Amino acid sequence: MVNTYKGQFSIELTELKKSFDNGKDFILKGLNLKIPRGSLTAIIGFSGTGKSVMLKHILGLYKPTSGRVEILGQDLSQLNENDLTKFRCNYGVLFQSAALFDDMTVLENVCFPLEEHRRHLKKEQVIQIAFNKLNMVGLESKHFEKLPSQISGGMQKRTGLARALALDPEILIYDEPTTGLDPILTEMVDNLILETHKLNQGTTSVMVSHDLAAAFRIADFIVMLDAGKVLLSGTAQDFFKSDIELVKRFVDKGMKH
Amino acid sequence: MSAEWVTKTAQNMDQFYFSMRDKLIHFISLVGDMTLFGYDSLKLLAAQPYRYGEVLKHMEFIGNQSMGIIALTSVFTGLALSFQVYLGFKLVNAVNLVGPTVALGITRELGPVLTGLIVAARAGGAMAARLGTMRVNEQMDALDVMGINTKQYLIAPRIIAAIICMPLLTALFDFMAMVGCWFLCIHIVGLDSAIFFEKISQTVEVYHINEGLFKGAIFGLMFSVVCTYKGFHTTGGAKGVGEATNRGVVISMVSIIIIDYFLMNIIRIYYLVSGIGR
Repeated sequence: MVNTYKGQFSIELTELKKSFDNGKDFILKGLNLKIPRGSLTAIIGFSGTGKSVMLKHILGLYKPTSGRVEILGQDLSQLNENDLTKFRCNYGVLFQSAALFDDMTVLENVCFPLEEHRRHLKKEQVIQIAFNKLNMVGLESKHFEKLPSQISGGMQKRTGLARALALDPEILIYDEPTTGLDPILTEMVDNLILETHKLNQGTTSVMVSHDLAAAFRIADFIVMLDAGKVLLSGTAQDFFKSDIELVKRFVDKGMKH
Repeated sequence: MSAEWVTKTAQNMDQFYFSMRDKLIHFISLVGDMTLFGYDSLKLLAAQPYRYGEVLKHMEFIGNQSMGIIALTSVFTGLALSFQVYLGFKLVNAVNLVGPTVALGITRELGPVLTGLIVAARAGGAMAARLGTMRVNEQMDALDVMGINTKQYLIAPRIIAAIICMPLLTALFDFMAMVGCWFLCIHIVGLDSAIFFEKISQTVEVYHINEGLFKGAIFGLMFSVVCTYKGFHTTGGAKGVGEATNRGVVISMVSIIIIDYFLMNIIRIYYLVSGIGR
């Protein structure tokens, strides 16, 4: 794993505001957040609190109405479209649906980012790296030549994670990785995230999730959003001790499920 | 005529005016958006990394896989059109002109237009559906966050492949339609083969064929931009993919027929100005 960024915080959001209707209604209302380098951070919150919008700002897919998005010390607003496209090589993203390319095999899916961004590598080297990543996420080689539609949901998640890891990203993002999965698969994905984080020391992992139990179990830093702002950030203990009514309700309901 | 009726009529007229104005503004902005979308995408084709492999892959899909359907429909178009022309010309004792009349009609009009309509329905619909599915399944987001320019990777190769393939398919349509015409004229209604070919070679010039091929390229550009635009901007899950495909194909087909008329006039003016065909 090659981590070149040595700053204290990988992600810094300052007074981030976002409106989709020319300032009539704000989804993000002056959000401030600093995510430490090398941490596994969980972003939690009720639906409609701005988690996905915040995530898209981190990925540079949305431009803020006002405020600043600084990733690995780089202010994203200073980058033009081409530079931003190149900068996104610093991210690895596991999508909710895994988002595998359905016309490519499992192996081709993992090779794809390497072929695009590591053009100096020979074909054999690309395949070797892809093999290593697929082994890292525990996918058996007998599935490598299958299409995504021919493997299970859990295997698709593993493939998606291997693809996210292919370029050794500085920041690894999990977008609702367990939403819609059964409890056994959910636990498998949670463990996979935890193991991947341990294996990739120095990589900053950010997990956006509704699953509070998983967030408390695997994350070392938790951020709760409400109404476009950070309501509380800290460790699991900080959340259990919190007097904030909304946090209490969220914790009570989340731990019951 | 009561005052109430006058007020209501005035309100209705107002509503009608504003609704038409909004529709016009929407239409103009949509055309502008699509033009910029196509321009932005094609501009990226010259930027590294080059996507020649993708262009070839889409040429295989748009061109090679459309050849069968084009060959089949063109033969029957040639047969049907020739027979209708034959029936008409028989009334005025001009059956020897069936070949050149059909040849001119096919090479200049029916060839590019029907090829455009068939390929827009087959390949354009597939383009919109494929891109729409990629959009709703987060595959395009995955490309974005992988640092891959989606317009360069997904859109530009499809547009350029359509522009290259459409004249080739139009040429195939022209040839196969004339095979149908020849079969009907010589083997069904019994015209003289030598006269058939002689009249065609006297009438049809290379620029007539080029006119059709040029139109084909323009139709290829049009349907590929429209369908990729609709697919690229799909929202709303499976229903959205269906709507994007439907709208992409319908807009492409209607545009091909409308633009064909204007293109024909522009080409006529070009012929007049440059002295071609005098």
